[in-house]
Amino acid sequence: MPVSVKVEHLSRSYGKTLALDDVSFSVQQGELFGFIGPDGAGKTTLFRILTTLLLPGSGTARVEGLDVVKDFRKIRDILGYMPGRFSLYQDLTVEENLNFFAGIFNTTPEANYDLVKEIYSQIEPFKDRRAGKLSGGMKQKLALSCALIHKPKVLILDEPTTGVDAVSRLEFWEMLARLKKLGISILVSTPYMDEASRCDRVALIQGGKIMSIDTPANIIRSFNQPLWAVQSEDMYGLLAHLRQFEGARTVFLFGQYAHVTLKEKVASGELIAFLEMKGHGNILVQLTEPSIEDCFMELMK
Amino acid sequence: MEPIIQVENLVKKFGSFVANDHLSFSVGKGEIFGFLGANGAGKTTAMRILCGLSSPTSGKARVAGYDVYTQTEKIKRNIGYMSQKFSLYDDMTIAENFQFYGGIYGLSAKDIRTRTDELLGRLGLAGEKKRILKDIPLGWKQKLAFSVAVIHHPSIVFLDEPTGGVDPITRRQFWEMIYETAREGITVFVTTHYMDEAEYCQRVSIMVDGKIVALDTPANLKTTYGAATMEEVFLRLAR
Repeated sequence: MPVSVKVEHLSRSYGKTLALDDVSFSVQQGELFGFIGPDGAGKTTLFRILTTLLLPGSGTARVEGLDVVKDFRKIRDILGYMPGRFSLYQDLTVEENLNFFAGIFNTTPEANYDLVKEIYSQIEPFKDRRAGKLSGGMKQKLALSCALIHKPKVLILDEPTTGVDAVSRLEFWEMLARLKKLGISILVSTPYMDEASRCDRVALIQGGKIMSIDTPANIIRSFNQPLWAVQSEDMYGLLAHLRQFEGARTVFLFGQYAHVTLKEKVASGELIAFLEMKGHGNILVQLTEPSIEDCFMELMK
Repeated sequence: MEPIIQVENLVKKFGSFVANDHLSFSVGKGEIFGFLGANGAGKTTAMRILCGLSSPTSGKARVAGYDVYTQTEKIKRNIGYMSQKFSLYDDMTIAENFQFYGGIYGLSAKDIRTRTDELLGRLGLAGEKKRILKDIPLGWKQKLAFSVAVIHHPSIVFLDEPTGGVDPITRRQFWEMIYETAREGITVFVTTHYMDEAEYCQRVSIMVDGKIVALDTPANLKTTYGAATMEEVFLRLAR
Protein backbone atom coordinates (compact mmCIF):
# COMPACT_ATOMS: atom_id res chain seq x y z
CA MET A 1 0.00 0.00 0.00
CA PRO A 2 1.31 3.51 -0.78
CA VAL A 3 2.76 5.53 2.06
CA SER A 4 0.77 8.54 3.22
CA VAL A 5 2.94 9.94 6.01
CA LYS A 6 6.63 9.21 6.46
CA VAL A 7 8.65 10.52 9.39
CA GLU A 8 12.36 9.89 9.80
CA HIS A 9 14.51 10.71 12.81
CA LEU A 10 12.36 13.64 13.79
CA SER A 11 13.42 15.62 16.88
CA ARG A 12 12.23 18.88 18.32
CA SER A 13 13.20 20.78 21.47
CA TYR A 14 11.69 23.71 23.33
CA GLY A 15 14.64 25.31 25.06
CA LYS A 16 16.20 22.52 27.09
CA THR A 17 13.15 20.28 26.90
CA LEU A 18 13.38 17.57 24.27
CA ALA A 19 9.74 17.18 23.21
CA LEU A 20 10.36 14.74 20.34
CA ASP A 21 13.35 12.45 20.44
CA ASP A 22 14.36 10.74 17.19
CA VAL A 23 10.90 9.64 16.10
CA SER A 24 10.45 7.53 12.95
CA PHE A 25 7.32 5.86 11.57
CA SER A 26 5.20 5.65 8.46
CA VAL A 27 1.45 5.56 7.93
CA GLN A 28 -0.15 3.84 4.91
CA GLN A 29 -2.85 5.44 2.83
CA GLY A 30 -6.25 4.68 4.30
CA GLU A 31 -4.77 3.53 7.60
CA LEU A 32 -6.22 4.49 10.98
CA PHE A 33 -3.08 5.11 13.01
CA GLY A 34 -3.16 5.92 16.72
CA PHE A 35 -0.65 7.71 18.93
CA ILE A 36 -1.28 6.54 22.46
CA GLY A 37 0.37 8.34 25.33
CA PRO A 38 -0.17 10.66 28.29
CA ASP A 39 0.03 14.47 28.35
CA GLY A 40 3.55 15.66 27.67
CA ALA A 41 4.44 12.60 25.57
CA GLY A 42 5.05 14.74 22.46
CA LYS A 43 1.86 13.94 20.54
CA THR A 44 0.85 17.56 19.91
CA THR A 45 4.40 18.60 18.93
CA LEU A 46 4.46 15.80 16.37
CA PHE A 47 1.06 16.77 14.96
CA ARG A 48 2.00 20.45 14.78
CA ILE A 49 5.05 19.55 12.72
CA LEU A 50 3.00 17.32 10.39
CA THR A 51 0.42 20.07 9.94
CA THR A 52 3.24 22.54 9.08
CA LEU A 53 2.51 24.75 12.08
CA LEU A 54 5.86 24.07 13.72
CA LEU A 55 9.30 23.51 12.22
CA PRO A 56 11.16 20.29 12.98
CA GLY A 57 14.37 20.58 15.00
CA SER A 58 16.01 17.87 12.95
CA GLY A 59 14.90 14.95 10.80
CA THR A 60 12.33 14.88 8.01
CA ALA A 61 8.59 14.44 7.66
CA ARG A 62 6.64 13.99 4.44
CA VAL A 63 2.88 13.98 3.94
CA GLU A 64 1.69 12.41 0.67
CA GLY A 65 5.23 12.83 -0.64
CA LEU A 66 5.38 16.52 0.27
CA ASP A 67 8.00 17.90 2.65
CA VAL A 68 6.61 19.64 5.75
CA VAL A 69 9.13 22.50 5.43
CA LYS A 70 9.53 23.07 1.69
CA ASP A 71 6.02 22.18 0.54
CA PHE A 72 4.04 23.51 3.48
CA ARG A 73 1.48 25.35 1.36
CA LYS A 74 0.64 22.29 -0.70
CA ILE A 75 0.35 20.15 2.43
CA ARG A 76 -2.19 22.52 3.93
CA ASP A 77 -4.51 21.92 0.97
CA ILE A 78 -4.65 18.17 1.45
CA LEU A 79 -4.74 18.05 5.23
CA GLY A 80 -7.62 18.17 7.68
CA TYR A 81 -6.65 19.08 11.23
CA MET A 82 -8.64 19.06 14.43
CA PRO A 83 -6.53 20.57 17.22
CA GLY A 84 -6.89 19.51 20.83
CA ARG A 85 -8.49 22.80 21.81
CA PHE A 86 -11.77 23.78 20.19
CA SER A 87 -10.58 26.24 17.55
CA LEU A 88 -13.63 27.19 15.53
CA TYR A 89 -15.15 30.65 15.65
CA GLN A 90 -17.36 30.71 18.75
CA ASP A 91 -19.29 33.75 17.58
CA LEU A 92 -20.12 32.31 14.16
CA THR A 93 -23.04 29.93 13.84
CA VAL A 94 -22.66 26.26 13.03
CA GLU A 95 -23.49 26.90 9.38
CA GLU A 96 -21.25 29.98 9.13
CA ASN A 97 -18.29 28.02 10.46
CA LEU A 98 -18.78 25.31 7.86
CA ASN A 99 -19.15 27.86 5.05
CA PHE A 100 -16.08 29.71 6.26
CA PHE A 101 -13.82 26.66 6.32
CA ALA A 102 -15.09 25.50 2.93
CA GLY A 103 -14.48 29.04 1.62
CA ILE A 104 -10.85 29.29 2.69
CA PHE A 105 -10.19 26.05 0.81
CA ASN A 106 -11.94 27.43 -2.29
CA THR A 107 -14.78 24.99 -2.11
CA THR A 108 -18.36 24.93 -0.88
CA PRO A 109 -20.12 22.75 1.69
CA GLU A 110 -22.33 21.45 -1.14
CA ALA A 111 -19.34 20.21 -3.18
CA ASN A 112 -18.23 17.71 -0.54
CA TYR A 113 -21.45 17.35 1.38
CA ASP A 114 -21.55 13.55 0.98
CA LEU A 115 -18.33 13.31 3.00
CA VAL A 116 -19.63 15.20 6.03
CA LYS A 117 -23.32 14.40 5.66
CA GLU A 118 -23.45 11.67 8.26
CA ILE A 119 -21.72 13.79 10.91
CA TYR A 120 -23.10 17.19 9.98
CA SER A 121 -26.70 16.02 9.73
CA GLN A 122 -26.60 15.37 13.49
CA ILE A 123 -25.88 19.05 14.20
CA GLU A 124 -27.78 20.54 11.28
CA PRO A 125 -30.91 21.12 13.38
CA PHE A 126 -28.77 23.63 15.32
CA LYS A 127 -27.20 25.29 12.27
CA ASP A 128 -28.24 28.77 13.41
CA ARG A 129 -26.76 28.36 16.87
CA ARG A 130 -23.43 30.00 17.63
CA ALA A 131 -20.60 27.48 17.93
CA GLY A 132 -19.72 28.78 21.39
CA LYS A 133 -23.17 27.71 22.64
CA LEU A 134 -22.90 24.08 21.55
CA SER A 135 -22.42 21.16 23.94
CA GLY A 136 -19.05 19.38 23.99
CA GLY A 137 -20.21 16.53 21.79
CA MET A 138 -21.75 18.86 19.22
CA LYS A 139 -18.64 21.05 19.10
CA GLN A 140 -16.62 17.96 18.38
CA LYS A 141 -18.91 17.01 15.48
CA LEU A 142 -18.75 20.51 14.03
CA ALA A 143 -14.96 20.59 14.32
CA LEU A 144 -14.72 17.27 12.51
CA SER A 145 -17.11 18.49 9.79
CA CYS A 146 -14.98 21.62 9.28
CA ALA A 147 -11.77 19.55 9.14
CA LEU A 148 -13.32 17.36 6.43
CA ILE A 149 -15.12 19.91 4.28
CA HIS A 150 -12.28 20.31 1.75
CA LYS A 151 -12.03 16.54 1.29
CA PRO A 152 -8.53 16.09 2.73
CA LYS A 153 -6.36 13.07 1.93
CA VAL A 154 -5.00 13.02 5.45
CA LEU A 155 -6.90 13.75 8.65
CA ILE A 156 -5.00 14.62 11.83
CA LEU A 157 -6.95 14.60 15.08
CA ASP A 158 -5.28 15.72 18.29
CA GLU A 159 -6.95 14.08 21.29
CA PRO A 160 -10.50 14.32 19.94
CA THR A 161 -11.88 12.21 22.81
CA THR A 162 -10.13 13.81 25.79
CA GLY A 163 -12.61 14.81 28.49
CA VAL A 164 -15.40 13.20 26.51
CA ASP A 165 -17.68 10.64 28.16
CA ALA A 166 -17.56 6.93 27.33
CA VAL A 167 -20.68 7.03 25.14
CA SER A 168 -19.54 9.96 22.97
CA ARG A 169 -16.09 8.41 22.70
CA LEU A 170 -17.57 5.22 21.32
CA GLU A 171 -19.63 7.16 18.78
CA PHE A 172 -16.62 9.20 17.71
CA TRP A 173 -14.56 6.09 16.97
CA GLU A 174 -17.45 4.67 14.97
CA MET A 175 -17.39 7.85 12.86
CA LEU A 176 -13.64 7.46 12.28
CA ALA A 177 -14.10 3.85 11.17
CA ARG A 178 -16.58 5.06 8.51
CA LEU A 179 -14.19 7.79 7.29
CA LYS A 180 -11.39 5.28 7.03
CA LYS A 181 -13.51 3.25 4.60
CA LEU A 182 -13.49 6.26 2.26
CA GLY A 183 -9.72 5.93 1.96
CA ILE A 184 -8.71 8.87 4.15
CA SER A 185 -5.52 8.33 6.15
CA ILE A 186 -6.23 9.16 9.77
CA LEU A 187 -3.68 10.00 12.46
CA VAL A 188 -5.28 10.31 15.86
CA SER A 189 -3.83 10.77 19.33
CA THR A 190 -5.39 9.77 22.62
CA PRO A 191 -4.46 9.37 26.26
CA TYR A 192 -7.08 6.58 26.62
CA MET A 193 -5.24 3.30 26.26
CA ASP A 194 -8.42 1.31 25.68
CA GLU A 195 -8.99 3.20 22.42
CA ALA A 196 -5.90 1.56 20.89
CA SER A 197 -7.97 -1.44 19.81
CA ARG A 198 -9.92 0.83 17.46
CA CYS A 199 -6.79 1.56 15.37
CA ASP A 200 -5.13 -0.49 12.62
CA ARG A 201 -1.76 0.24 14.15
CA VAL A 202 -0.63 2.27 17.14
CA ALA A 203 2.53 3.97 18.35
CA LEU A 204 2.92 3.96 22.12
CA ILE A 205 4.58 7.27 22.95
CA GLN A 206 6.06 8.56 26.19
CA GLY A 207 8.61 11.27 26.98
CA GLY A 208 9.07 12.20 23.30
CA LYS A 209 9.96 8.66 22.28
CA ILE A 210 8.02 5.98 20.48
CA MET A 211 8.29 2.88 22.65
CA SER A 212 6.55 0.49 20.28
CA ILE A 213 4.74 0.53 16.91
CA ASP A 214 2.55 -2.34 15.83
CA THR A 215 -1.00 -3.61 15.51
CA PRO A 216 -2.78 -3.66 18.88
CA ALA A 217 -2.93 -7.48 18.71
CA ASN A 218 0.83 -7.78 18.16
CA ILE A 219 1.61 -5.35 20.97
CA ILE A 220 -0.49 -7.46 23.30
CA ARG A 221 1.22 -10.61 22.03
CA SER A 222 4.60 -9.07 22.84
CA PHE A 223 3.71 -9.10 26.53
CA ASN A 224 5.64 -12.30 26.91
CA GLN A 225 4.92 -13.41 30.45
CA PRO A 226 1.95 -14.64 32.43
CA LEU A 227 -0.22 -11.86 33.85
CA TRP A 228 -2.23 -12.63 36.97
CA ALA A 229 -5.43 -10.94 38.05
CA VAL A 230 -5.57 -10.95 41.84
CA GLN A 231 -8.46 -10.06 44.08
CA SER A 232 -9.38 -10.33 47.76
CA GLU A 233 -11.86 -8.81 50.17
CA ASP A 234 -9.50 -6.03 51.20
CA MET A 235 -8.17 -4.47 47.99
CA TYR A 236 -6.18 -1.69 49.66
CA GLY A 237 -4.43 -4.12 52.01
CA LEU A 238 -3.93 -6.47 49.08
CA LEU A 239 -1.88 -3.92 47.14
CA ALA A 240 0.41 -3.30 50.09
CA HIS A 241 0.89 -7.03 50.68
CA LEU A 242 1.48 -7.79 47.00
CA ARG A 243 4.30 -5.25 47.05
CA GLN A 244 5.81 -6.99 50.09
CA PHE A 245 5.75 -10.35 48.29
CA GLU A 246 9.31 -11.04 47.19
CA GLY A 247 8.25 -13.07 44.18
CA ALA A 248 6.27 -10.18 42.66
CA ARG A 249 7.82 -8.38 39.70
CA THR A 250 5.14 -5.76 39.01
CA VAL A 251 1.94 -4.87 40.85
CA PHE A 252 -0.65 -2.50 39.39
CA LEU A 253 -4.20 -1.70 40.37
CA PHE A 254 -6.48 -2.62 37.45
CA GLY A 255 -10.18 -2.00 37.84
CA GLN A 256 -11.50 -4.51 40.34
CA TYR A 257 -8.23 -6.52 40.26
CA ALA A 258 -4.55 -6.06 40.87
CA HIS A 259 -2.50 -7.11 37.85
CA VAL A 260 0.65 -8.93 38.91
CA THR A 261 3.63 -10.42 37.11
CA LEU A 262 5.85 -12.81 39.04
CA LYS A 263 9.59 -13.26 38.97
CA GLU A 264 10.99 -16.26 37.12
CA LYS A 265 10.37 -19.63 38.75
CA VAL A 266 7.84 -18.20 41.21
CA ALA A 267 4.59 -20.19 41.10
CA SER A 268 1.18 -18.63 41.61
CA GLY A 269 0.67 -21.10 44.48
CA GLU A 270 3.37 -19.29 46.44
CA LEU A 271 1.53 -16.01 45.95
CA ILE A 272 -1.73 -17.52 47.18
CA ALA A 273 0.00 -19.03 50.24
CA PHE A 274 1.57 -15.64 51.02
CA LEU A 275 -1.77 -13.84 50.83
CA GLU A 276 -3.44 -16.47 52.99
CA MET A 277 -0.69 -16.04 55.55
CA LYS A 278 -1.39 -12.28 55.52
CA GLY A 279 -4.99 -13.06 56.42
CA HIS A 280 -6.78 -12.28 53.15
CA GLY A 281 -10.20 -13.84 52.56
CA ASN A 282 -11.81 -14.80 49.25
CA ILE A 283 -8.52 -14.76 47.39
CA LEU A 284 -8.77 -15.03 43.62
CA VAL A 285 -5.66 -15.50 41.49
CA GLN A 286 -6.24 -16.21 37.81
CA LEU A 287 -4.44 -15.78 34.52
CA THR A 288 -5.67 -12.83 32.49
CA GLU A 289 -5.16 -11.32 29.03
CA PRO A 290 -2.91 -8.26 29.08
CA SER A 291 -4.37 -5.02 27.72
CA ILE A 292 -2.57 -2.24 25.86
CA GLU A 293 -2.34 -0.42 29.18
CA ASP A 294 -0.46 -3.37 30.75
CA CYS A 295 1.93 -3.30 27.78
CA PHE A 296 2.37 0.46 28.07
CA MET A 297 3.28 0.24 31.75
CA GLU A 298 5.66 -2.64 31.03
CA LEU A 299 7.41 -0.50 28.39
CA MET A 300 7.56 2.51 30.72
CA LYS A 301 9.68 0.62 33.23
CA MET B 1 -22.17 5.02 58.07
CA GLU B 2 -22.47 8.59 59.31
CA PRO B 3 -23.52 10.78 56.35
CA ILE B 4 -21.32 13.74 55.45
CA ILE B 5 -23.25 14.77 52.35
CA GLN B 6 -27.04 14.57 52.35
CA VAL B 7 -29.04 15.53 49.31
CA GLU B 8 -32.82 15.36 49.06
CA ASN B 9 -34.88 16.21 45.99
CA LEU B 10 -32.32 18.69 44.81
CA VAL B 11 -33.45 20.63 41.73
CA LYS B 12 -31.48 23.19 39.76
CA LYS B 13 -33.02 24.96 36.79
CA PHE B 14 -31.46 27.38 34.35
CA GLY B 15 -34.49 29.08 32.81
CA SER B 16 -36.66 26.23 31.58
CA PHE B 17 -33.73 23.79 31.47
CA VAL B 18 -33.61 21.33 34.36
CA ALA B 19 -29.92 20.59 34.99
CA ASN B 20 -30.50 18.63 38.21
CA ASP B 21 -33.81 16.84 38.43
CA HIS B 22 -34.71 15.78 41.99
CA LEU B 23 -31.38 14.33 43.05
CA SER B 24 -31.39 12.35 46.30
CA PHE B 25 -28.35 10.60 47.73
CA SER B 26 -26.04 10.59 50.68
CA VAL B 27 -22.33 10.00 51.05
CA GLY B 28 -20.81 8.50 54.17
CA LYS B 29 -17.83 9.80 56.12
CA GLY B 30 -14.59 8.42 54.69
CA GLU B 31 -16.33 6.99 51.66
CA ILE B 32 -14.91 7.09 48.11
CA PHE B 33 -17.93 8.11 46.06
CA GLY B 34 -17.79 8.08 42.25
CA PHE B 35 -20.05 10.64 40.59
CA LEU B 36 -20.37 9.53 36.98
CA GLY B 37 -22.36 10.71 34.01
CA ALA B 38 -22.14 11.68 30.38
CA ASN B 39 -21.00 15.19 29.38
CA GLY B 40 -23.85 17.57 30.03
CA ALA B 41 -25.66 15.17 32.39
CA GLY B 42 -25.52 17.74 35.22
CA LYS B 43 -22.51 16.60 37.26
CA THR B 44 -20.75 19.95 37.33
CA THR B 45 -23.95 21.77 38.28
CA ALA B 46 -24.49 19.42 41.25
CA MET B 47 -20.87 19.61 42.26
CA ARG B 48 -20.93 23.42 42.23
CA ILE B 49 -23.93 23.37 44.55
CA LEU B 50 -22.24 20.94 46.94
CA CYS B 51 -19.14 23.17 46.99
CA GLY B 52 -21.23 26.19 47.96
CA LEU B 53 -20.68 27.98 44.66
CA SER B 54 -24.26 27.89 43.42
CA SER B 55 -27.70 27.71 45.07
CA PRO B 56 -30.27 25.04 44.28
CA THR B 57 -33.66 26.01 42.84
CA SER B 58 -35.36 23.71 45.35
CA GLY B 59 -34.69 20.72 47.56
CA LYS B 60 -32.36 20.16 50.48
CA ALA B 61 -28.64 19.56 50.70
CA ARG B 62 -26.20 19.56 53.59
CA VAL B 63 -22.45 19.25 53.21
CA ALA B 64 -20.26 18.58 56.25
CA GLY B 65 -23.29 19.49 58.37
CA TYR B 66 -23.84 22.86 56.68
CA ASP B 67 -26.72 24.06 54.57
CA VAL B 68 -26.05 24.81 50.88
CA TYR B 69 -28.46 27.79 50.91
CA THR B 70 -27.34 29.64 54.00
CA GLN B 71 -23.93 28.37 55.10
CA THR B 72 -21.87 28.34 51.92
CA GLU B 73 -18.86 30.06 53.51
CA LYS B 74 -18.70 27.36 56.18
CA ILE B 75 -18.93 24.70 53.47
CA LYS B 76 -16.02 26.23 51.59
CA ARG B 77 -13.83 26.11 54.70
CA ASN B 78 -14.55 22.43 55.19
CA ILE B 79 -13.98 21.11 51.72
CA GLY B 80 -11.07 20.75 49.33
CA TYR B 81 -11.37 20.95 45.55
CA MET B 82 -9.19 19.84 42.70
CA SER B 83 -9.79 19.56 38.99
CA GLN B 84 -7.70 18.66 35.99
CA LYS B 85 -7.88 22.25 34.81
CA PHE B 86 -7.32 23.89 38.14
CA SER B 87 -3.59 23.96 38.55
CA LEU B 88 -1.10 25.34 40.98
CA TYR B 89 0.91 28.47 40.26
CA ASP B 90 3.58 27.59 37.71
CA ASP B 91 5.90 30.44 38.62
CA MET B 92 6.01 29.69 42.34
CA THR B 93 7.98 26.94 44.09
CA ILE B 94 6.29 23.88 45.58
CA ALA B 95 6.69 25.32 49.09
CA GLU B 96 5.23 28.68 48.03
CA ASN B 97 2.19 26.99 46.53
CA PHE B 98 1.55 25.12 49.79
CA GLN B 99 2.10 28.33 51.76
CA PHE B 100 -0.31 30.24 49.54
CA TYR B 101 -3.16 27.73 49.73
CA GLY B 102 -2.53 26.99 53.39
CA GLY B 103 -2.78 30.74 54.00
CA ILE B 104 -6.05 31.00 52.11
CA TYR B 105 -7.51 28.31 54.34
CA GLY B 106 -6.30 30.22 57.41
CA LEU B 107 -3.65 27.78 58.60
CA SER B 108 -0.91 29.20 60.84
CA ALA B 109 2.64 29.45 59.48
CA LYS B 110 3.66 26.60 61.79
CA ASP B 111 0.78 24.37 60.66
CA ILE B 112 1.61 25.05 57.04
CA ARG B 113 5.22 24.00 57.58
CA THR B 114 4.31 20.77 59.37
CA ARG B 115 1.62 19.88 56.90
CA THR B 116 3.85 20.68 53.89
CA ASP B 117 6.58 18.42 55.23
CA GLU B 118 4.10 15.66 55.99
CA LEU B 119 2.44 15.76 52.56
CA LEU B 120 5.66 16.13 50.59
CA GLY B 121 7.26 13.36 52.64
CA ARG B 122 4.46 11.04 51.61
CA LEU B 123 5.07 11.87 47.95
CA GLY B 124 8.79 11.36 48.35
CA LEU B 125 9.32 15.00 47.34
CA ALA B 126 10.67 16.35 50.62
CA GLY B 127 13.90 17.48 48.96
CA GLU B 128 12.12 19.27 46.09
CA LYS B 129 10.43 22.04 48.07
CA LYS B 130 12.33 24.84 46.39
CA ARG B 131 11.72 23.73 42.82
CA ILE B 132 9.66 25.99 40.60
CA LEU B 133 6.45 24.28 39.60
CA LYS B 134 6.84 24.74 35.88
CA ASP B 135 9.95 22.53 35.88
CA ILE B 136 8.06 19.64 37.43
CA PRO B 137 6.63 16.70 35.43
CA LEU B 138 2.87 16.73 34.93
CA GLY B 139 2.27 13.54 36.89
CA TRP B 140 3.88 15.06 39.99
CA LYS B 141 1.87 18.24 39.56
CA GLN B 142 -1.39 16.33 39.76
CA LYS B 143 -0.27 14.65 42.96
CA LEU B 144 0.87 18.00 44.40
CA ALA B 145 -2.46 19.59 43.46
CA PHE B 146 -4.21 16.82 45.36
CA SER B 147 -1.99 17.35 48.41
CA VAL B 148 -2.77 21.07 48.34
CA ALA B 149 -6.49 20.28 48.17
CA VAL B 150 -6.24 18.42 51.51
CA ILE B 151 -3.71 20.71 53.21
CA HIS B 152 -6.38 22.02 55.64
CA HIS B 153 -7.71 18.55 56.61
CA PRO B 154 -11.08 19.09 54.93
CA SER B 155 -14.02 16.79 55.72
CA ILE B 156 -14.55 16.20 52.02
CA VAL B 157 -12.38 16.56 48.97
CA PHE B 158 -14.04 17.06 45.57
CA LEU B 159 -12.01 15.77 42.63
CA ASP B 160 -13.23 16.75 39.16
CA GLU B 161 -11.59 14.47 36.58
CA PRO B 162 -8.33 14.50 38.50
CA THR B 163 -6.53 11.97 36.30
CA GLY B 164 -7.33 13.22 32.79
CA GLY B 165 -4.33 12.82 30.48
CA VAL B 166 -2.10 11.42 33.23
CA ASP B 167 0.15 8.45 32.38
CA PRO B 168 -1.12 5.02 33.47
CA ILE B 169 1.39 4.50 36.26
CA THR B 170 0.85 7.95 37.80
CA ARG B 171 -2.91 7.46 37.46
CA ARG B 172 -2.66 4.38 39.67
CA GLN B 173 -0.40 6.10 42.18
CA PHE B 174 -2.97 8.86 42.32
CA TRP B 175 -5.69 6.39 43.24
CA GLU B 176 -3.55 4.96 45.98
CA MET B 177 -3.32 8.50 47.39
CA ILE B 178 -7.10 8.65 47.26
CA TYR B 179 -7.35 5.39 49.20
CA GLU B 180 -4.93 6.67 51.84
CA THR B 181 -6.90 9.90 52.19
CA ALA B 182 -10.15 8.03 52.65
CA ARG B 183 -8.60 5.83 55.32
CA GLU B 184 -7.76 8.99 57.25
CA GLY B 185 -11.48 9.76 57.31
CA ILE B 186 -11.57 12.34 54.52
CA THR B 187 -14.51 11.70 52.21
CA VAL B 188 -13.63 11.58 48.52
CA PHE B 189 -16.17 12.72 45.93
CA VAL B 190 -14.76 12.05 42.48
CA THR B 191 -15.75 12.31 38.81
CA THR B 192 -13.94 10.50 36.02
CA HIS B 193 -14.28 9.35 32.44
CA TYR B 194 -12.02 6.35 33.05
CA MET B 195 -14.41 3.52 33.72
CA ASP B 196 -11.76 1.33 35.36
CA GLU B 197 -11.54 4.05 38.00
CA ALA B 198 -15.22 3.63 38.72
CA GLU B 199 -14.26 0.19 40.04
CA TYR B 200 -12.04 1.81 42.66
CA CYS B 201 -14.96 3.67 44.23
CA GLN B 202 -16.95 2.20 47.09
CA ARG B 203 -20.20 3.43 45.60
CA VAL B 204 -20.98 4.99 42.27
CA SER B 205 -23.86 7.09 41.01
CA ILE B 206 -24.59 7.48 37.32
CA MET B 207 -26.38 10.59 36.03
CA VAL B 208 -28.27 10.77 32.76
CA ASP B 209 -30.09 13.93 31.63
CA GLY B 210 -30.09 15.54 35.07
CA LYS B 211 -31.30 12.45 36.96
CA ILE B 212 -29.46 9.83 38.98
CA VAL B 213 -30.42 6.61 37.21
CA ALA B 214 -28.26 4.22 39.23
CA LEU B 215 -26.52 4.29 42.60
CA ASP B 216 -24.83 1.31 44.19
CA THR B 217 -21.52 -0.45 44.72
CA PRO B 218 -19.70 -1.32 41.48
CA ALA B 219 -20.21 -5.03 42.23
CA ASN B 220 -23.97 -4.65 42.68
CA LEU B 221 -24.32 -2.47 39.59
CA LYS B 222 -22.56 -5.08 37.49
CA THR B 223 -24.87 -7.80 38.85
CA THR B 224 -27.99 -5.69 38.34
CA TYR B 225 -27.15 -4.92 34.73
CA GLY B 226 -25.58 -8.29 33.95
CA ALA B 227 -22.38 -6.56 32.91
CA ALA B 228 -18.75 -7.67 33.21
CA THR B 229 -17.33 -4.18 33.65
CA MET B 230 -18.41 -0.73 34.80
CA GLU B 231 -17.85 0.46 31.24
CA GLU B 232 -20.64 -1.86 30.10
CA VAL B 233 -22.92 -0.65 32.88
CA PHE B 234 -22.24 2.95 31.91
CA LEU B 235 -22.79 2.41 28.19
CA ARG B 236 -26.04 0.58 28.85
CA LEU B 237 -27.42 3.39 31.02
CA ALA B 238 -26.06 6.43 29.23
CA ARG B 239 -26.44 5.42 25.61
